[in-house]
Amino acid sequence: MTSELISLTAAETASKVASGEVSAVEVANAHLDRIGAVDERVHAFLYVDREGALAAADAVDKARAAGEQLSPLAGVPLALKDVMTQKGIPTTCGSKILEGWRPPYDATVTARLKAAGVVILGKTNMDEFAMGSSTEHSAYGPTHNPWDLDRIPGGSGGGSAAAVAAFEAPLAIGTDTGGSIRQPAAVTGTVGVKPTYGAVSRYGLVALASSLDQAGPCSRTVLDAALLQSVIAGHDPMDSTSVTDPVPDVVGAALRADVKGLKIGIVRELGGEGYQAGVRQRFDEAVTILEGLGAEIVEVSCPHFPYALAAYYLILPSECSSNLAKFDGVRFGIRVGEGDGDPSIEQVMGRTRAAGFGDETIRRIMLGTYALSAGYYDAYYGQAQKVRTLIQRDFAAAFAQADVLISPTAPTTAFKLGEKLDDPLAMYLNDVATIPANLAGIPGMSLPVGLAPEDGLPVGLQIMAPALADDRLYNVGAALEAALLQTWGHPILQEAPSL
Amino acid sequence: MSETPSITREDVAHLAKLARIDLPPESLDHYAEQLAVILGAVAQVSEVAADDVPATSHPLPLVNVFREDVVRGSLTAEEALSGAPSVESDRFRVPRILDEA
Repeated sequence: MTSELISLTAAETASKVASGEVSAVEVANAHLDRIGAVDERVHAFLYVDREGALAAADAVDKARAAGEQLSPLAGVPLALKDVMTQKGIPTTCGSKILEGWRPPYDATVTARLKAAGVVILGKTNMDEFAMGSSTEHSAYGPTHNPWDLDRIPGGSGGGSAAAVAAFEAPLAIGTDTGGSIRQPAAVTGTVGVKPTYGAVSRYGLVALASSLDQAGPCSRTVLDAALLQSVIAGHDPMDSTSVTDPVPDVVGAALRADVKGLKIGIVRELGGEGYQAGVRQRFDEAVTILEGLGAEIVEVSCPHFPYALAAYYLILPSECSSNLAKFDGVRFGIRVGEGDGDPSIEQVMGRTRAAGFGDETIRRIMLGTYALSAGYYDAYYGQAQKVRTLIQRDFAAAFAQADVLISPTAPTTAFKLGEKLDDPLAMYLNDVATIPANLAGIPGMSLPVGLAPEDGLPVGLQIMAPALADDRLYNVGAALEAALLQTWGHPILQEAPSL
Repeated sequence: MSETPSITREDVAHLAKLARIDLPPESLDHYAEQLAVILGAVAQVSEVAADDVPATSHPLPLVNVFREDVVRGSLTAEEALSGAPSVESDRFRVPRILDEA
């Protein structure tokens, strides 16, 4: 029974809970048992809230017994990235500097999940403050890819993606600043969506780069991601950058799954050289499938995309160095070195931040400090902002020729833990295909399109749509997913080694 | 490729001071080397953006958001102080601020 319950999709689980076939408490227990059985090896979770999860599940069962109308995801378990606040539950952002902090309030995303009867199982591991592509920059040790425990699960949201891939939860919340939802989805054989910037509230999301950060769904199917996005999206007065436009019908689009007559653009600059052969092969096969489904394939050029990575690694560190200034050992988190002599507050801040931040965080704070300092501001930060304009223009021109754009999500499959840890630039290159969407604020999805023949590891395909047209991702994604499922005969995660 | 900017250990020490990170002296060379490599790579932004290209600071065409100034609930003092490393008389307690040692 347990293994049956953990392999259900979120949509199936919700329907079984609603019909009374299983109770939400049984579903929660099955997933808590799974976490107990495998998470010592996967390390997707930083904190498991057994008591809270069972109480939330019990509340759903009671509501059902009382004849109340249940929301579409009531009773479905979820793993929450540790960058999102949850009242009274430890929230570390993968950093030592926040060790022991229990936020006094819920993020809007958390509040909406609770209101929808979603059962939050716990908090997932991540690169410190969401900086990284491998989860190796977590202060609490890396997460392991369920496909091969010696490999990275992607980052920064490796914990969320691994939890979903390892059947510890059917749903997870991620956040995507430069690819942190999509790249982990690609390397774990799961689905991940970065919604349009501002579509999901950032209130209670501990900020990395405020003009880029966006929370979104992680799941095993496109429909499940749509159901989750429709729960968490929508205007929030607590976030002044939250968009007021109505949420597009993403669930309807996932159910429609029809690409006939749709123009799909392949981005010339995102592919080819630098991309692993097996990644290119599976991508090309997916293109053929989309064509067979009646889509019109066109090639588009985005000539400034080769500069996106450089612009991103100036804009992100700049915003990060400013956002992370609040971790000063005064209002939350740890304080270090107060007892050593009679230090001033400035000295204590310096000691606290040196002890509390990891290597990559320090590197990016210093990069940002450099890029924003007098004499360098125009040459670095100012120029990067201009490149951002050029990227947006590239997208505008491309979307004049195509309804959606596609590319491989990441240049390679999951690499070995430790392989790129000492080479920041090599690590940054993992985000080369996902970053342009963040700079322009448009939505993007990654879904699995098979295993690379040379290493048997999952390959992700990225779909991008114009701002506020998130429904197009779900329509195209669901159509491709259905066709691939027919080819494979089973969901791709069934091919992962059993844990 | 753009020219790799030179970053000295003194530069790193200065940046660390600005960023309030008390780095151990033995780490300065390591960071200097890495920052120089990264800055060398990102400096290519200057190759492409011409003077007539406007800067974009944000993906959305944003305007200021206003709301009525109404009284509403907020965190209690106890809640707001609940995560602080040190508290005294319902306030955040901090080390000395003035240089009077």
